[in-house]
Amino acid sequence: MSDFTSNFWSIYVTVITIVSILACLLLLWFSGKAKAMTAEDNTTGHVWDGDLREMNNPLPRWWAYLFVITVIFAFVYLALYPGLGTYKGTLGWTSLGQHEKEVDKGNAEVAPLYAKFEAMTPEELIKDTQAMAIGDRLFMNNCAQCHASDARGTKGIPNLTDGDWLHGGTPELIKTTLTQGRMGNMPPMAAAVGSSSDVKNLAQYVLSLSGSPHDSVQAALGKEKFVACAACHGANGKGNQALGAPNLTDDIWLHGYGEAAIISMINNGKVNQMPAQAEKLTEGQIHVLTSYVLSLSNKGVSAQ
Amino acid sequence: MVSLYAARKDIYPRSVSGFFSRWRWAMVILTQLVFYGLPWLEWGQRQAVLFDLGDRRFYIFGLVLYPQDFIYLTGLLVISALGLFLFTAVAGRLWCGYTCPQTVYTEMFLWIEKQMEGDRSARMRRDGQLWSMDKFLRKGGKHVAWLLLAMWTGFTFVGYFTPIKELGLAFVQLNMGSWEIFWSIFYGFATYGNAGFMREQVCLHMCPYARFQSAMFDKDTLIVTYDAERGEPRGARSRKTDPATLNLGACIDCTLCVQVCPTGIDIRDGLQYECIGCGACADVCDTVMDKMGYARGLVKYSTENAMNQHWTKSQTLRHVLRPRILIYTSILLGVVVAMVVSLALRTPFKVDVVRDRGVMARVVGKGDIENLYRLQLMNATESMQTYKISTTGLPGLTLTTPDTVEVASTESHWVTVRLVAPFGSAEPGSHVIYFDVEAIGTTDKVSEKSSFIVPR
Ligand code: SF4
Ligand code: SF4
Repeated sequence: MSDFTSNFWSIYVTVITIVSILACLLLLWFSGKAKAMTAEDNTTGHVWDGDLREMNNPLPRWWAYLFVITVIFAFVYLALYPGLGTYKGTLGWTSLGQHEKEVDKGNAEVAPLYAKFEAMTPEELIKDTQAMAIGDRLFMNNCAQCHASDARGTKGIPNLTDGDWLHGGTPELIKTTLTQGRMGNMPPMAAAVGSSSDVKNLAQYVLSLSGSPHDSVQAALGKEKFVACAACHGANGKGNQALGAPNLTDDIWLHGYGEAAIISMINNGKVNQMPAQAEKLTEGQIHVLTSYVLSLSNKGVSAQ
Repeated sequence: MVSLYAARKDIYPRSVSGFFSRWRWAMVILTQLVFYGLPWLEWGQRQAVLFDLGDRRFYIFGLVLYPQDFIYLTGLLVISALGLFLFTAVAGRLWCGYTCPQTVYTEMFLWIEKQMEGDRSARMRRDGQLWSMDKFLRKGGKHVAWLLLAMWTGFTFVGYFTPIKELGLAFVQLNMGSWEIFWSIFYGFATYGNAGFMREQVCLHMCPYARFQSAMFDKDTLIVTYDAERGEPRGARSRKTDPATLNLGACIDCTLCVQVCPTGIDIRDGLQYECIGCGACADVCDTVMDKMGYARGLVKYSTENAMNQHWTKSQTLRHVLRPRILIYTSILLGVVVAMVVSLALRTPFKVDVVRDRGVMARVVGKGDIENLYRLQLMNATESMQTYKISTTGLPGLTLTTPDTVEVASTESHWVTVRLVAPFGSAEPGSHVIYFDVEAIGTTDKVSEKSSFIVPR
């Protein structure tokens, strides 16, 4: 154990533990031996308030034996389990080990269920109410912290219920996103674009791509500057799912809407990360979760 | 180690009959009819009284309680404590002598012992003898009977937590769960040990109530007392002689009162903490007095004041109604009424509002503000319910998720709820809002407070 920098505390705790247990035994021994009785009438002889006296009735013997048994228990326990300083106990028990055992047990219990799910396609799973209920719980425990309980995300975190996908919305691609995570990287482009008025013009052009209100003169000026962006977002601004570059022609604004927000993105860029779930979740869980996310976007699209 | 403390002295309580012991048996029968009987009652499709720990639902006849209803358990405990205070102030250890499980099971075990081994003197004689076939059969039979009763008790106990009929079936098929087996046996052995072997030792050494009862006693508390003025000097005499001529009191020193005492004390030494107020000594002494042709009540329920001031029965009883008793009674009644009223007015569903863990607020559409919530709807009825959710607190605040939710019987269900406030309808900051949930088709309504956040 690395809890202590020296052995001192370990020895200190061990000694105190053993000494107090032995002291309890000694106390029991002596109080069993000691004759506190002083008077003939089985009292201790003390008198309070004129007539209040203390009887000296012994403990029943079985009760004292019970006490001895607890002491024996204590030693057996301390030999088997950790308790004496850094001594690990002969059974080698740890709370971490116990936790892992519980997790394994839980996984083993649901293994047949997941085996069944893994044999099904995502399209089939979407129709399976049990799988969707499990998916809902997995989502609430692992995804809702960022994507929100209704999966609609918030600024900087994608909405999963629309039909728009940064990295692609096929079951395979969603599964890859979940398993490996994603890194979204928009580099700062100010240097490549030019002066601040160039940046402003470019922002107006980007607004025009989605048909948002914009200044058409400035947008026209900004259009030629878009070459710098086209490498990722494509010449027509339709984005590129292989790079995770967003489509700029729809009205979905992940990092904020309006000139100021676009300028800030051009100037500063942004690195956005979706963490990989492979370590936290099993393959079966990711499979169910993929189908659940798919069901969310289906629902969202059909509702539109 | 062998010298450690005293070995327990065996106590062989002699069986009694009489007024108080009839009361005790009445209480034994009443409490055990309830205990052994209740789990077998049915209510609709389920066991009438069932504490389903696994699903965390507690069914008491028509009532479905959630862990959130634990306040009622608190109420029940407060009522029990106040009841104990009240009974103790009125008549000492009434609870101990008549209804305490320790007393009740000991009484039943003693009855079995008497059927198998005979009464006190027979038992004492047999215990002094060497082992014989007869002794072995009688003792063995007693333990078999004890164990059967104890195991039935353990089984019944578990039957409050697992449907008892299924449990019975599982038992017959040797298919009980390991925890069910453990608790049946644990509770069964606890009964066997406590009522068969520990008996008065539980009252003397283990029960905390024995230690603080004196705080609730006063000079007007009814206790089992020996009328020393009338009884002393004690002594044996023939029934024909007049005690006055012998200069003797009413006590014939037959020691029957000591023989019947389950805690093995001599009530003639005055009130002792060991006395559980069972009245056995009063019953047996009354039979002695009857035989002698003396007035009853040499050992009786009386109060310290009544003894000292020679009050009559009615005078004594009049002093029962003293301020302390009236205060206990009124508080007790108050709590009972509050409990009953609040149970009767209880809304049969609950709502918990939790703000979304990820999203504070977000801007949607043309600058409208959206907040997200998770609502837990807990249906405490035994039928499917539909709940309608609405919200108040801000002008123009609307729900954009479905406003009706179906929740199955006794189930709890989480729903995600989205609220939208139109652009500019509220200042930046946090606003108090309310979710109003109503069960469609009933008048039951719950209003839960939460907050709506408008970002800067
Ligand atoms: S039973 Fe009554 S008469 Fe007999 S010893 Fe006890 S007090 Fe005296
Ligand atoms: S003294 Fe009398 S009332 Fe008290 S425990 Fe013994 S028999 Fe019962």
